[in-house]
Amino acid sequence: MAAIRFDDVTLGYAGRVIWSGLTLDIAPGTFTAIIGPNGSGKTSLLRAVLGLVRPSRGRIEVQGRAPRRGDPAIGYVPQHSFFDPDLPLRGRDLVRLGIDGHRWGIGLPNAAADARVSAAIGSVSAGAYANAPIGRLSGGEQQRLRIAQALVGDPSILLCDEPLANLDLRHQQGITDLIAGWRGTTGGAVLFVTHDINPVLGLVDRVLFVVNGRWAIGAPDEVLTSERLTELYGSHIDVVRVHDRVLVVGETTGALEPEAPHHLPDQLAEHEAGR
Amino acid sequence: MDQLANLLGYEFVRNAFVAGFIVAIVSGVISRFVVARDMSFGVHALSELGFTGAAGFVLLGLSPVLGLLTGAAVTAMFIGALGVRVRGRDTVVGVTMAFGLGLGVLFITLYPRYASEAFAILFGTITGVSRGDIALMLGIAAVTLVSLVIVYRPLTFATVDPDVAEARGVPVGALGVVFLLIMAAGVAEAVQVVGVLLILTLMITPGAAAERLTPRPGLAILWSVGIAIFCTLGGITLALVTNWPVSVFVTSLSFLWYLVARFALGPALQRRAARGSELVAS
Repeated sequence: MAAIRFDDVTLGYAGRVIWSGLTLDIAPGTFTAIIGPNGSGKTSLLRAVLGLVRPSRGRIEVQGRAPRRGDPAIGYVPQHSFFDPDLPLRGRDLVRLGIDGHRWGIGLPNAAADARVSAAIGSVSAGAYANAPIGRLSGGEQQRLRIAQALVGDPSILLCDEPLANLDLRHQQGITDLIAGWRGTTGGAVLFVTHDINPVLGLVDRVLFVVNGRWAIGAPDEVLTSERLTELYGSHIDVVRVHDRVLVVGETTGALEPEAPHHLPDQLAEHEAGR
Repeated sequence: MDQLANLLGYEFVRNAFVAGFIVAIVSGVISRFVVARDMSFGVHALSELGFTGAAGFVLLGLSPVLGLLTGAAVTAMFIGALGVRVRGRDTVVGVTMAFGLGLGVLFITLYPRYASEAFAILFGTITGVSRGDIALMLGIAAVTLVSLVIVYRPLTFATVDPDVAEARGVPVGALGVVFLLIMAAGVAEAVQVVGVLLILTLMITPGAAAERLTPRPGLAILWSVGIAIFCTLGGITLALVTNWPVSVFVTSLSFLWYLVARFALGPALQRRAARGSELVAS
């Protein structure tokens, strides 16, 4: 069974189609990177999997069922955002919220839950600073604790929304290693939104590249080519490989704008006409 | 001390302490969330429009306390309906507050003998609290605290980490509105002690001082409640002894606590915690 299945999914927001006709199976144990320019609906796709937005057409299945809010099978790692340095919250508390933060009531002391929290903190090697105020930690340390928070519920799917943004290269490496390690030991599926493919290039099984509501899916070598991206952007794009890095260079920056309607593909134009 | 013992013989003094204690517990808990959610301006709006409600109720010959509660609750729902997201929230609050205060001015003008009661609501009336008032305050406090106990974990989650909370199925938007209503009830309580204009001294300062004293969310609430109790009961005592207004002492004590927490006690506790973790690490 697919971890996540998209069947002809169209997503709209404020009257605008942001994804159209997406059909895709995400198998357990695979790492799928979702890349594309800002505003191309990458986050919306994650929100649809989380059951926070409904597709306007088509069907999404998470482990064979319709997406539902708070699905324990899904762990979620957001973009790194700084906590207030004075916020009374320790890394340990943040991870604990991942277990039962969504439940009503004040929550009684629970040794089993505490043990799970400690194990999750240990698994991301964050024990040295898990009792410090989280707002005083570095971005990389905070993001490790976020990974622990996402994994403490023992999910089988990990959704990551730009988890490497604002991190330096060393910490990017640390975070991707953790995610790779989790996938290796649990056989879970990773859906990883990023604007830069390079930090995860070695891990990626498939790339979902999205521009202006159009998309291309395949192995990195198939998708990240000048031909495919030129077709996708509707203007000339060069894909250059330098050492182990992929660089995407556009002829004009205008084509990278998400709201350029004249670049709509035929398929999308049909949907618009059918409304 | 003798003087205080004598004063405790009066019913109005005992009522003041009981009312102050109830108010301190409620505002101590709420202020932690107000500070963490950065809603100082919202508290101010709820209390000022609570004033409008109280003025309106007095004009109609009804209880000012119920008017306070109604004014604050209607404002809470209005702000909640217009937008509880942080972005643009202050604007919505400001727009609402300006209009509501205008109404309040109208109500005072229409009611000719209102000046003294308006003064009481603006600056607090703790020594004028009756047994009936206390029963009403206990009722409001009970509803407020039970609500907070029920929503505690998801409200904490939604406050410190809204994106992940939403992903985990927490109704972040609805909780924002629920908390506004809880705030309205807390405001209606705290106005009894310090009045509309000085509401922030109980709804912000204890929570702000507490976060300097511990990195643990639960312990921060206990600190906040403790500080609120100290300032309220201490303020009432000093007011009785000196015959100066209660608000003067409550605001001074809570400001003092903030300074101590920020510059003396907080840093000292942090140094101790740092030493403790070094010991554990070695």
